[in-house]
Amino acid sequence: MSVTYLEAIRAAQARALAEDERVFIYGQDVGAFGGAFKATKNLAAEFPGRVLDAPISEDAIIGAAIGAAIEGMRPIIEMQFADFSLPGLTQIVNQAATLFWRSQMPCPITIRLPSGGTAGGGPFHSQSLEAVYAHFPGLIVMTPGTAEDAYSMLLEAVAIDDPVIFCEHKYLYYHCKAEALPSEAMPVGKARIARAGRDLTLVAYSAMVQDSLEAAQDLAGEGAEIEVVDLRSIKPLDTDTVVASVARTGRLLCVGEAWPWGGVTAEVVARVAAEGFGLLDAPPQRLNSRDTPIPYHPGLWTAHRPTVRSIAAAARNLLRM
Amino acid sequence: MGRMLQTLESQDELAAAMSPRDLFLQGFRHMLLARLMDDKMASLYRGGKIQGGVFLGRGQEALSAATGLALRKGDVFAPLIRDGAGRLAFGEPLLDAVRTYLGSPLGPMRARDGNVHRGNPRHGLLPMISHLGTMISVVNGVLMAKRFKKLSGHVGAASIGDGATSTGSFHEGLNQAAVEKLPLVLVVANNQYAYSTPNARQFACANLIDKSAGYGVDGHEVDGTDLQACLQTVGQAVARARQGLGPQLVVARLLRLCGHGEHDDGSYIDPALKASPLGRDCLQVAEEVLWRQGWADEKATRRLRQELAQLLEETLAVVQREPAPDPYREDWRPLAERHLMERFENYPALEAM
Repeated sequence: MSVTYLEAIRAAQARALAEDERVFIYGQDVGAFGGAFKATKNLAAEFPGRVLDAPISEDAIIGAAIGAAIEGMRPIIEMQFADFSLPGLTQIVNQAATLFWRSQMPCPITIRLPSGGTAGGGPFHSQSLEAVYAHFPGLIVMTPGTAEDAYSMLLEAVAIDDPVIFCEHKYLYYHCKAEALPSEAMPVGKARIARAGRDLTLVAYSAMVQDSLEAAQDLAGEGAEIEVVDLRSIKPLDTDTVVASVARTGRLLCVGEAWPWGGVTAEVVARVAAEGFGLLDAPPQRLNSRDTPIPYHPGLWTAHRPTVRSIAAAARNLLRM
Repeated sequence: MGRMLQTLESQDELAAAMSPRDLFLQGFRHMLLARLMDDKMASLYRGGKIQGGVFLGRGQEALSAATGLALRKGDVFAPLIRDGAGRLAFGEPLLDAVRTYLGSPLGPMRARDGNVHRGNPRHGLLPMISHLGTMISVVNGVLMAKRFKKLSGHVGAASIGDGATSTGSFHEGLNQAAVEKLPLVLVVANNQYAYSTPNARQFACANLIDKSAGYGVDGHEVDGTDLQACLQTVGQAVARARQGLGPQLVVARLLRLCGHGEHDDGSYIDPALKASPLGRDCLQVAEEVLWRQGWADEKATRRLRQELAQLLEETLAVVQREPAPDPYREDWRPLAERHLMERFENYPALEAM
């Protein structure tokens, strides 16, 4: 009996609703329909009055979540796609993220962003916006790369007294599975060594963890031992675990599905260069999507973003440096 | 905090039993104190004693005071920049206002935010952000939460201007309130200008109140220069929301009797508007009503003015003796969860600042 990443997200929400009466879910089509991806399937029936359909008003959806949090609730917001969180950007970064700093009033809201590309998604249903949100002080940004983390981190997101941007990857929804729901978990803010190795540190998060593990497996056949670090959350970012890994391997490749300018991979490279310069045997490298909008056609899309092959190629290059 | 609660409770009791005369006198008092505070802040600004902007409510005090007075303990209020009178009427301590303007770390925003961006969300007074229209849905959320908690009989009020009616947030917020049938009272002060932009460049409908039909909410129009009319109309709108009759849109006609902020002399305001009934000073109009009705004579209003000016001076004297915020003692923490803070090493050294 296995559990998909999507089922884990649904199960975490069911548990949060069952255990805490302050929790409610608000978003487009999340009610009787069960959500565009069925992440809230049957929840409206199981928890009457607590899973509410919202008008197509991302600004007002987030604003209402903030107001409800001020009044003591713990809303979970589903944005239909991460891309559609942008009409609500002001409420997220100017209202939610500043509230505690300005007024000492905590703002415990969880905003679920179905993120990342799937074949045929195109420019407006494929974006990975974690770096946008991580840039603003006052937000936590989670990027689970396993079904276990999707479950435990979503529960932790609801319990955290700050606004959490929960970037769940749409490809992983169906393609990533766990044996069972986890009973214990690492705390948020701690990265995980997903595979141990001594020749190169491959830092990844979200769907790129799975691709990086596959690339590491391929390289193992060539005699290279790749260590894969799953960041799990990108804000806070566990610099210590990354630098400790680089201390073992001397080489850093950071992989992200988001665009290259700024962002998570740049942040990781900057931190390792600043805090672990002497540990490096080669220039730190990163691999991202191309700096264009996300293409529709699967043939273009697979050439746009990092893949198992391009990750392995980048790692081979770095091993030769 | 205790003081605020006390004020709110006593207001609740007062509102229940208050005669038209007493309610009017209360409103006049808040209007007058807000005007005196505005004048003082403007003068401190010109003297270089205030960092950042100063935004006055001159000409909007009647509408603002009426809004604050219609609310009670347990209600929520999202005031905007020209709501000094309404904040006082809702129960905001004068000390909070002065501390925020002067950047005292003892104020509710602890010098992290200033001037009109102040509030006390634990007591229903939401601290506005600068993005117009965005507070409407936050009020909606508070009201939705009260419904989840099965607390009934509470309303939420949000203040906006004519300019904010052009924002997407206004549309989303009012529509959301209508869909959820929330007890929201949205008070629009149509002061004819958004910064320098006149209504003719802001919207093309004949009258902003026409929007109420489009959203499926009740609409109320009022002369914003007339305290009596404001007390009656806003009071009625709040009462209807409290009865469960859904969102209420109030549009008040008035004129901003100052620039957008003290950095702006408002020279673009049409002299014909200033000379029209819209250009009446609501404070002066209210004072004349007091005299005419025999509710107070000139001597009494003069005495009240002196009393409030004295209160303001005393409050200022207290705040001016308070220390400035100390960057060394500031904990620079934007998260409630301290353990989830990022630890950056590359902050500017305080010694070098």
